[in-house]
Amino acid sequence: MKHLLATSDLSRDEALLILDTAAEMEKTQEREVRKLPTLRGKTVVNLFFEDSTRTRISFEVAAKRLSADVINFSAKGSSVSKGESLKDTALTLEAMGSDGIIIRHSASGAAERLATSGWIRGSVVNAGDGTHEHPTQALLDAYTIRKHLGKRADAALEGLTVAIVGDVLHSRVARSNVALLTTLGADIVLVAPPTLLPIGVDTWPVRTVHTIDEALEAVEVDALMMLRIQLERMTGGRSAYFPSPSEYSRLLGLDAARLARLPDHAVVMHPGPMNRGLEISAEAADSPRSVIVEQVSNGIAVRMAVLYLLLAGEAES
Amino acid sequence: MTGAVMEAPDMARALTRIAHEILERNGGSADLIILGIPTRGLPLAKRMAGQIASVESDFDAEARTGAIDITMYRDLGRQPTRTLGETSLPEMGIDGQTVVLVDDVFHTGRTVRAALDAIKDVGRPRVVQLAVLVDRGHRELPIRADFVGKNLPTSRSERVKVLLEEVDGDDAVVIERPDEGDEE
Repeated sequence: MKHLLATSDLSRDEALLILDTAAEMEKTQEREVRKLPTLRGKTVVNLFFEDSTRTRISFEVAAKRLSADVINFSAKGSSVSKGESLKDTALTLEAMGSDGIIIRHSASGAAERLATSGWIRGSVVNAGDGTHEHPTQALLDAYTIRKHLGKRADAALEGLTVAIVGDVLHSRVARSNVALLTTLGADIVLVAPPTLLPIGVDTWPVRTVHTIDEALEAVEVDALMMLRIQLERMTGGRSAYFPSPSEYSRLLGLDAARLARLPDHAVVMHPGPMNRGLEISAEAADSPRSVIVEQVSNGIAVRMAVLYLLLAGEAES
Repeated sequence: MTGAVMEAPDMARALTRIAHEILERNGGSADLIILGIPTRGLPLAKRMAGQIASVESDFDAEARTGAIDITMYRDLGRQPTRTLGETSLPEMGIDGQTVVLVDDVFHTGRTVRAALDAIKDVGRPRVVQLAVLVDRGHRELPIRADFVGKNLPTSRSERVKVLLEEVDGDDAVVIERPDEGDEE
């Protein structure tokens, strides 16, 4: 692997290699000395054109735990736009000698453009591009599911059912998860009103229902993944997609009553940041079933694994 | 196999001897921890620990054997990325213990150097000793082994392969010359 741009590019073996590597990385994080010398002398650039708290910090921590030097580039507030500006930024970073670039951008395809335009020699990790993909989030979700429910699955995630609930239309997390979890053998149910499902969803390898109650009746859900309502991506405003926040909560929100209807082993996930009281109630978010905080710490192990596999040694072309 | 320089009985004898040498050198099995370097150092470590337990009744082989993966401590060479191996340390930790590192083939010494770095990050043993099944020479670092199964003079272009029943289905040590062999 040279780049990580999309989970849809990953074969089953590649995905499992990342998850198994992450498990070894997690073990090293229980030690007194958590820093490993593996990427000493390598430079990793966090190139963030969009706001982020946990993803940027998570990548920074992961790179630092592997002894890489980290440069944070935040384009917020600058007049950076797509196209040539991305190119100039890339050329600058290349001239400064970066081995890996972690990019988040509001334009779908930005990571791929950076990786394939010949501007840079290093590896590119997509940390979220528009409404396209967010592969490390899906990998940490798969890792979390496997850790809690792996014993119930047949091989990777075969036999498990994952429900992804909410704003699928604008969610790169949902896209990456559908591709990855399908590759790993899980069954997926998307739960969203028709206005929040993307065009062409009927060609995806998933079932779709429109309310969370329908999903809980129709299938035994092993992992329930709540999505954030992405108001910042709703062109035309919220009212173009759903009538009111309270209606959204009523049809798609996870509250204590719905939580109680899940099987005992089921876990509740959320990629963060959460809108408490909207897509998920405080009771659900803070319940023992919730693995939301654990997702964050698993994110570090998974990103360490990705950086290790992309940057250590000389990549096979 | 044309190049077989050790067969299963030779290997068993060498491991038995090393086990006794370890006990002799350390005056018994108190505080002894056997750490194998994956992949093939680990089964060798387990066999050695088993041999020690068979002569020292209060040595708990299971509890005092572990694995230390060195992949993340290697020199960043121009090699392809390696899959990580397993690291599992005895529950009692390695602080103040006598650690015997076990590997299959002792060559440049770089693996052992990496293992010493890895050990440094997980604790502070009282002493670290090195046991290897085969010493093929060509050291590139000032590192030596304390216990050697067999000294095997080789040329640099040859490859020494240790095959183990647990990993390869059979016990043998073979030398592959560059003009023959089964390069993948």
